[in-house]
Amino acid sequence: MENTAVKTYPDFKKVRVNDNLTLSLGESGKTVEAIKRTEKVSKAIMTVLTYLFILALAVIVVFPFYWMIITSLKQNEEIRGATQTFFPSIVMWSNYVHVFQVFDFGTYMWNTIVVAFFSTAGTLITTILAAFAFARLKFKGRDAVFAIFLMTMMIPGEMMVISNYITVASFGWVGQAQTLIDAYLAMIVPFIVSVFYIYLLRQNFKQIPNELYLAAKVDGKSDWSFLWRVMVPLAAPTLISITILKFMGTWNSYVWPNLVTQSRDFRLISNGLRSSTFVDVDLGVTDYGYQMAATVLVTVPLFLLFIFFRKYIMKGVGRAGIKG
Amino acid sequence: MLFNRRKKAIASSGLAAQELFAEERPSYDPGYDPENKRIVTLVSNHASKKAYRTRGIEDIGASNNWKGWLYLAPVIILVAIFLIYPLINTIFIAFTGGYEYATGKFDYLTFDNFTYIFGLTTNAAGGREINFVNYAIPNTFLLVIITVPVSIFLALIISVALNSIPWFKKFLQTLFFLPYVTNSIAVGMVFSVIFDTNGVINYIFNTSTTWIYGADPKLAYIPLCLYIIWGSIPYKILIFLSGLQGIDKQYYQAAMIDSTPHWKVLWKITVPLLSPQILYIMITSFIGSFKEYTHIVGLFNGPGTLGTAGDPNMETIVYYIYDNLSTNTSYAAAAAVFLFIVILIFTALQFWASKKKVHY
Repeated sequence: MENTAVKTYPDFKKVRVNDNLTLSLGESGKTVEAIKRTEKVSKAIMTVLTYLFILALAVIVVFPFYWMIITSLKQNEEIRGATQTFFPSIVMWSNYVHVFQVFDFGTYMWNTIVVAFFSTAGTLITTILAAFAFARLKFKGRDAVFAIFLMTMMIPGEMMVISNYITVASFGWVGQAQTLIDAYLAMIVPFIVSVFYIYLLRQNFKQIPNELYLAAKVDGKSDWSFLWRVMVPLAAPTLISITILKFMGTWNSYVWPNLVTQSRDFRLISNGLRSSTFVDVDLGVTDYGYQMAATVLVTVPLFLLFIFFRKYIMKGVGRAGIKG
Repeated sequence: MLFNRRKKAIASSGLAAQELFAEERPSYDPGYDPENKRIVTLVSNHASKKAYRTRGIEDIGASNNWKGWLYLAPVIILVAIFLIYPLINTIFIAFTGGYEYATGKFDYLTFDNFTYIFGLTTNAAGGREINFVNYAIPNTFLLVIITVPVSIFLALIISVALNSIPWFKKFLQTLFFLPYVTNSIAVGMVFSVIFDTNGVINYIFNTSTTWIYGADPKLAYIPLCLYIIWGSIPYKILIFLSGLQGIDKQYYQAAMIDSTPHWKVLWKITVPLLSPQILYIMITSFIGSFKEYTHIVGLFNGPGTLGTAGDPNMETIVYYIYDNLSTNTSYAAAAAVFLFIVILIFTALQFWASKKKVHY
């Protein structure tokens, strides 16, 4: 190695490369500048194509909402006409006035809010207690119970619906003599526990550092006050996500309320929407204008919720991944 | 690498490792004394670790049996009544004859519920069930086979596109999430207006096809599948996007240096690195599609293209379950058990098939 002649390189500080020199690649004869330019152009074309693709799909995604809103403002003749208009020729705000007469929005909305409130509150309480026990307390059989809980998540809900219907009926909450309170109980009680939310909150509780717990112990705090004073405030984002998802779940629930409610007046918003008939008296056919006005009324509260709590909803769904 | 593994082996064996491998240890190791040719520092083992390391949070928690159960009591009672008991009871009901849900009484135990729903035997009145085999099973499987792959593929493409664009990223992500926060019944009604015979789809494509009410079931599949895909994409995009953000940029830079074509980057880098999310999405959407129900109610207002009148030609397994729940509880239970088994088999198959393909 020592014998190798020392190679001399040109000192680039002294040698000045001619400004007019262009480098080009042997095979294609393209200059570096040309290659750079084509790369830039192809990247720009790619970006434009990507935007076109996304925008085209975005139009498809949004179109049903757009069509819902403009149809709700059209006259029935215009909706059923040979030429479809993409904006109502006469804006019919009166559709919304009429829809309140045939679609008992107030009652359904009230039922939905009552059921959503109590089932959410119940879920939060049971979830917080159970998640705390699983995350912080140590007792025999805890892991076995948790494993059983996790296993129940894999079972389709349809398996439970049949027997739950029988159970609720045996409690006297379903049947000919059903009262409004019975209907509320039947719609609330089976849903004030969610294994998935327990799992979610437990994971969140586990991330709260030990030091806080030890500090609380040193200060003579009990487990109970530690849970409500420290852990619950720290897990607030998860709890907000759970609250909103649960509320949305109740707003969208269709099957169970439909099964357990006897009278139309006890039903929730989805059932009310599907079972209401929006008939145009003169033509004897469904008036899509009224129908779409009702769907707008059902959809708008969800959108408002989404606008205000977008972060919590998207985060919660990303982790939870269940609807309702 | 090899050296690290050996160190680990020494640590875990907890043996007197001083003389072991002493000859081979490189001189730059700080724990090696080259003059005496032996290890002078201690290699930690489990015994010494335990002294200072707390194993997770639970070791600190109060060790109190009754207290833990007290916190769990409300949940355990509710889970037992509304989750565990129904599961066992439903399986039991599926094997009973002459079951009455109001009283909970039954006459005998039998397999007939299963043979009846599959149209092999007749019921007490001599009737034969054709809807389950003719409509419910084929419809359910067809919807799964069509909607799941299409929606996963579309969601994957959209997420990759959304991830690559420089402007309006957040806004477009939110826009694509919109279908998730809607009421399935309400939007189903909107789709049925869009696909009405006098609707906007027929107007745009200048046809007069009947898509929904009174339609040929084969044609009615088009709006139904479109609606299901439309509704199921947002969640998939959300999961894929969070997965894409977790992929190391270096892979793409390396591919750029090699001037790898776009499709190859997608297929050789993005898809393999996204495989945990893809598996998760596949399993959840397979399970979800097997339970198709509300989209059909929203779109058709009944189990068939003629609504509640006429053949239930759009019926799915879950639709069959709900239709028979209060009148023929045993048949509904048998169908539910069948669905449960199908879902279990599909989930197990996917886990088995993906074992080699998923990179964690």
